[in-house]
Amino acid sequence: MAVVHEASDAFNVREHGHHHDEDALRIFGFWIFLTSDLILFACLFATYVILSNHTGSGPTPADMFDVPAFTAETIILLTSSFTCGLATFAMHHGRRGLMLTWLIVTLLLGLAFVGLEASEFTRNALAGATMQRSAFLSAFYTLVGTHGCHVSFGILWMTSILIQAWRKGLAGEIPGKVFIVGLYWHFLDVVWVFIFTVVYLMGVMR
Amino acid sequence: MWEGFRHFADTYLMWNEGPLIWMSDVLILLTSIGIVAVLTYFKKWKWLWDEWLTTVDHKKIGIMYLICALLMFFRGGVDALLMRTQLALPNNHFLDAEHYDQIFTTHGTIMILFMAMPFIFALFNIAVPLQIGARDVAFPYLNAISFWLFFFGALLFNISFVFGGSPDAGWTSYPPLSELAFDKGPGENFYLLGLQISGIGSIATGINFMATILKMRAPGMTLMRMPLFTWSVLAACVVIIFAFPALTVALALLLLDRIVGTHFFTILHGGNPMMFINLFWIWGHPEVYIVILPAFGVFSEVVATFARKRIFGYGSMVVALMAISVISFFVWVHHFFTMGAGADVNTFFAVATMAVGIPTGVKVFNWLFTMYRGRIRMSLPMLWTVAFVPCFAIGGATGVMLAVAPADYQYHNSYFLIAHFHQVLIGGTVFGMLAGMYYWWPKMFGFLLDERLGRWAFWFFNIGFYVCFMPQYALGFMGMQRRMYTYPADLGWGTLNFISTIGAYLMGIGFLFMVAQIIYSIRYGQRDLTGDPWDGRTLEWSLPSPVPHYNFAVIPTVEDRDYWWVLKQQGRTQELRPRPEEIQPIHMPKNSGRPFLMGVAFFVAGIGFVFNWYVLAVLGLLGVVACMVARAFEYDDEYHIPVEEVQHTEAALGRL
Ligand code: HEM
Ligand SMILES: [Cu+2]
Repeated sequence: MAVVHEASDAFNVREHGHHHDEDALRIFGFWIFLTSDLILFACLFATYVILSNHTGSGPTPADMFDVPAFTAETIILLTSSFTCGLATFAMHHGRRGLMLTWLIVTLLLGLAFVGLEASEFTRNALAGATMQRSAFLSAFYTLVGTHGCHVSFGILWMTSILIQAWRKGLAGEIPGKVFIVGLYWHFLDVVWVFIFTVVYLMGVMR
Repeated sequence: MWEGFRHFADTYLMWNEGPLIWMSDVLILLTSIGIVAVLTYFKKWKWLWDEWLTTVDHKKIGIMYLICALLMFFRGGVDALLMRTQLALPNNHFLDAEHYDQIFTTHGTIMILFMAMPFIFALFNIAVPLQIGARDVAFPYLNAISFWLFFFGALLFNISFVFGGSPDAGWTSYPPLSELAFDKGPGENFYLLGLQISGIGSIATGINFMATILKMRAPGMTLMRMPLFTWSVLAACVVIIFAFPALTVALALLLLDRIVGTHFFTILHGGNPMMFINLFWIWGHPEVYIVILPAFGVFSEVVATFARKRIFGYGSMVVALMAISVISFFVWVHHFFTMGAGADVNTFFAVATMAVGIPTGVKVFNWLFTMYRGRIRMSLPMLWTVAFVPCFAIGGATGVMLAVAPADYQYHNSYFLIAHFHQVLIGGTVFGMLAGMYYWWPKMFGFLLDERLGRWAFWFFNIGFYVCFMPQYALGFMGMQRRMYTYPADLGWGTLNFISTIGAYLMGIGFLFMVAQIIYSIRYGQRDLTGDPWDGRTLEWSLPSPVPHYNFAVIPTVEDRDYWWVLKQQGRTQELRPRPEEIQPIHMPKNSGRPFLMGVAFFVAGIGFVFNWYVLAVLGLLGVVACMVARAFEYDDEYHIPVEEVQHTEAALGRL
């Protein structure tokens, strides 16, 4: 949190030239990016909500969603957000080894999440519920898939930062990078909470 | 072999289209050969790469945006003249229906996304860091990426003309017409991908300038001391950040419909075309404010400078900018009142639309009050500003007429609408951008644009404007619809259409005068030796023209609004000159070729998706990822300019 706080003071950051200020600037910019990414998801949600009962001849949400599977995905992703928070916490206390461990745990959980989602998608698609079947399915795969792509990208990104932190320790730009990828990860978690509610829960309860 | 070649030429190069395309192909080929030959002959390749393609300097990026915007203005203008030529006479067959469709599509898209957008970005880049006392934008590397994404997006869109075929579903590209079932060719894909690629760049620019303005201001430059142009950029960035994602989504979903076969906007299997139309205008309406707000900012700077007065009602100007940027998100349904959303919905959006007139009116009155009793100089920037006021007032009034939902059933999609939006887009955005270009030109290049030729350009363009668009209001009332490629003689539309076409040609002549003016001034234009040719008010005029690479040798400390003017009044200008002992080594970002390569990779991926050549698409995307990974592992991306070098430069400029 300390870093976020610093993002809001300081005039003309580049002047001081310290990495600290550069980090604050990057974090600030990243928040703005997250805002616009959030709008992107909002548009996809709106599309999904409009189209979710346009199932045509295809399955309805209730036919398709598998409660244990999406519950597992949810628990895994929420846990990964927690472990990611622990990594940032360890970083602020200068404990590099601990931080790396938690990052690896986060990555493994992220991979598990993506794996589960991919298997859910293939299962449904093989059962005939493909993207091309109905407007509902188009919107479902696109919304959930966009989130999945974000997570996959996050995995690649976090891996690259893991390698850098491994090599360089907690010097220079590394803490800022870890903090930012953490922000991204938490953001995806928040988006997932909405997917869980709007898509899955409301889908099976209808 | 020959057969294969014929097939390629017919499907991709469209040789069966006839002489017009052959001529364009030859012209493009000759121009490309010419450019390559000139660069090679003068041994300029290295210069091009080192100074321009790899630059991260906001001033150079701004100049590149400006050049692109002017070129695109030319292309869009040629499209406009082709259309007006076709419409000059009834039953004309200069263009056929299909070509007319393609031309209004490329004209509209290019003018808004590849002319107006780069033009505002040009001014963002050129003016904002200088106005707030910064050495660059917050993220210079990202700024270069933005430019190259814009550039290659625009290139992708433009090559459709000679490679594969132009899009033809209108700049709004409404489904189901734009779906694969009704629009087979690759043209529509060019539209979707060209806009998508440049749109990502635009979001990045929005983020970049917002961070720059909020975080990089010189000490003492509080928000309420910022120049109004910078405020207008901030307002525009807010709108970009909130509006562009809707475009990204609309384009992506339509692209999925077309290349994957989903059913978002088809009529089959539960798709809903209205969803696209909503998403498009949730972006589209704010978009017109994105391009008008910076123009408002330019007018505020110009009016204050050329009336030699402080802007009247600074605080209300700021509030008005912010109010417009918020209200702009609540008006989008006025683009389809006739689609039957119901009286209550239409009423809400009609009232919201009219409400935009209030802050806009406040701004117009503030400009007028600033001019009142000022010592006005009618230099070119001021001339365009003065011309803007009545033009925008009429355009605004017809806009309020269109906002009356029940009445809109009468004018919807008629020439009344065409006349209205050209009046605000040309009279507002184009006049504003030209005023800004004339105003900051000496700052960019170190010389002024010739007044005499500029006045010819101004009068041709202005008179041409009214001659072209006033008759169209009447044509709208007489029942002429937009996007019709010809009309029968007995409707009585012939005379007004003919007059309108004359006006379009007058504007064309105005543009030629502008070209002549630029070429003439490069050689003979008055040099700007003081750095302050207009007797300006804000920080950029305290610097020499053109501005040294690092902008400010010593970052100024600001104590007032219009600080440079205040210092001049008090005879303290010396305070903004660097003192040798104050100069310190300056941190600057290093040049990088990667943003350019990333643009190329996006372009390759774009071509791949346009023609469903997935190997190429994947290769392009891998290229994008490779650029990102390389960046992630880059640490050493800054360097220092040593004190001696800064001192040397400043001394050579006579500032030490
Ligand atoms: C310079 C003089 C200009 C002339 C003579 C001109 C002329 C025209 C004409 C003849 C049309 C087609 C009307 C129809 O058949 O529906 C048109 C459409 C359009 N113009 Fe212009 N135009 C000019 C400048 C601009 C500028 C500066 C902009 C934007 C910044 C602009 C934006 C548009 C748009 C968005 C359309 C609608 C395209 C569509 O229907 O999809 N035009 N213009
Ligand atoms: Cu609108």
